[in-house]
Amino acid sequence: MVERALIGILAVQGDVREHAAMLQRLGADVVEVRKREHLESLDGLVIPGGESTAIGRLIRLYGIEETLRGFERPVLGTCAGMILLARDALDGVPGQPLLGAADIVVRRNGYGRQVQSFEADLDMGGGPPLRGVFIRAPRVVHAGPDVEVLAELDGDPVLLRDGRVVVAAFHPELAGDPRVHELFLECVAEHRARRARTVG
Amino acid sequence: MAELGTMRVKTGLAEMLKGGVIMDVTTADQAQIAEEAGAVAVMALERVPADIRAQGGVARMADPTKIREIQEAVTIPVMAKARIGHFVEAQILEALEVDYIDESEVLTPADEEHHIDKWRFTVPFVCGCRDLGEAFRRLSEGAAMIRTKGEAGTGDIVNAVRHMRAVFGHVRRLGALREDELFAEAKRLQAPYELVRWVAENGRLPVVTFTAGGIATPADAALCMQLGADGVFVGSGIFKSGNPAERAKAIVEATTHFEDAEILARVSQGLGDAMSGLSAAALAPEQLLETRGW
Repeated sequence: MVERALIGILAVQGDVREHAAMLQRLGADVVEVRKREHLESLDGLVIPGGESTAIGRLIRLYGIEETLRGFERPVLGTCAGMILLARDALDGVPGQPLLGAADIVVRRNGYGRQVQSFEADLDMGGGPPLRGVFIRAPRVVHAGPDVEVLAELDGDPVLLRDGRVVVAAFHPELAGDPRVHELFLECVAEHRARRARTVG
Repeated sequence: MAELGTMRVKTGLAEMLKGGVIMDVTTADQAQIAEEAGAVAVMALERVPADIRAQGGVARMADPTKIREIQEAVTIPVMAKARIGHFVEAQILEALEVDYIDESEVLTPADEEHHIDKWRFTVPFVCGCRDLGEAFRRLSEGAAMIRTKGEAGTGDIVNAVRHMRAVFGHVRRLGALREDELFAEAKRLQAPYELVRWVAENGRLPVVTFTAGGIATPADAALCMQLGADGVFVGSGIFKSGNPAERAKAIVEATTHFEDAEILARVSQGLGDAMSGLSAAALAPEQLLETRGW
């Protein structure tokens, strides 16, 4: 029998509950991460939507930021999570912590303020359209050569994968379609299998 | 085709604010202090509630110049208050592209019978409530976020606690009712049956529920979180205190680590004077802000 994946959700602030519900629905065990010790023994980590400046300040405390930088397992970041995982963020706050786990540059609030927040159908490599919920979303302005673009909107990449890191400018946790979380859990399973082979 | 202003986009922004602190600010400098402290949003105001209470007079929407200054100063969402029923103030705030409108009892009500029809707007609304019936009525008018009311501008947490207990306790009791009893309960609450039934089945309101009014210390914020709030609004409690920057940071930390008494003890120390405050119980009925709205 395959052991269930243990996924941590960074829970200093943001829409933790929605990610937890989606991951549990897909058969993963979920723990909330508020301190560095909660990061031990996880198979993967989700950085949820929220306010990236608030999350950034709270991870500066208690050494969470350094531990996150050293975290080498799969990570999913949505909206604010995407900003935190980026190499650089334009229109950010000076000194805002960025983890640089994905080789992308984003513009914060790149689609405008809340009155411009929107929903749109996305094409995720065929199949039925994926409903993207964009809330004061970051816009990807640059993606490195090794970054795979999994979905676009009007020419802008909105769902990307850089190795073990999956990032979305929108909120797959809000729309009920499990495909982005399934993709992340596949990434977690591959990573675990690779580790098992290395140890074995 | 992109679709703007859907209910999911409106309630979704509130989902992103969960576990966070929304701070009242009256200047661009205060807004930056709030952002640096880790606030998830700021509420742009002409005067904080404690001053509205002290100075009296009619309290209205803030001057658009002030709102623009605050929008320029920070990257986090900027909210602003409109008077109850004053849909033209709300139209102006929407034109200014504020991120959320608070139809607020802290300002002087403009209509004694009707709240704003919030479905007509692209920008989302947050509204206050003292009990579950009031929350349901605001939701049926299109509110995308609820805050339980306290007695704003007092620094006294007692009314916020009373209303959280009323709302969250009632939600729990709904879950114990038989289906046929829910019809009678919906009638008693003057609320749509479908909404009452959803809450009974899910054990929570269908939108994010913050609390507001009287929060002055990190312990107050953690108390609200432990009682079931999704996050907190802090009004006069920060910028009417001795050391706003440190107190703002401490309240943010307490809201995240609301169940960790060691962290709460550490962040509570050495903050200087809290706002001096007023006892809510000592206020005459006509001095209460929370009873505005229906």
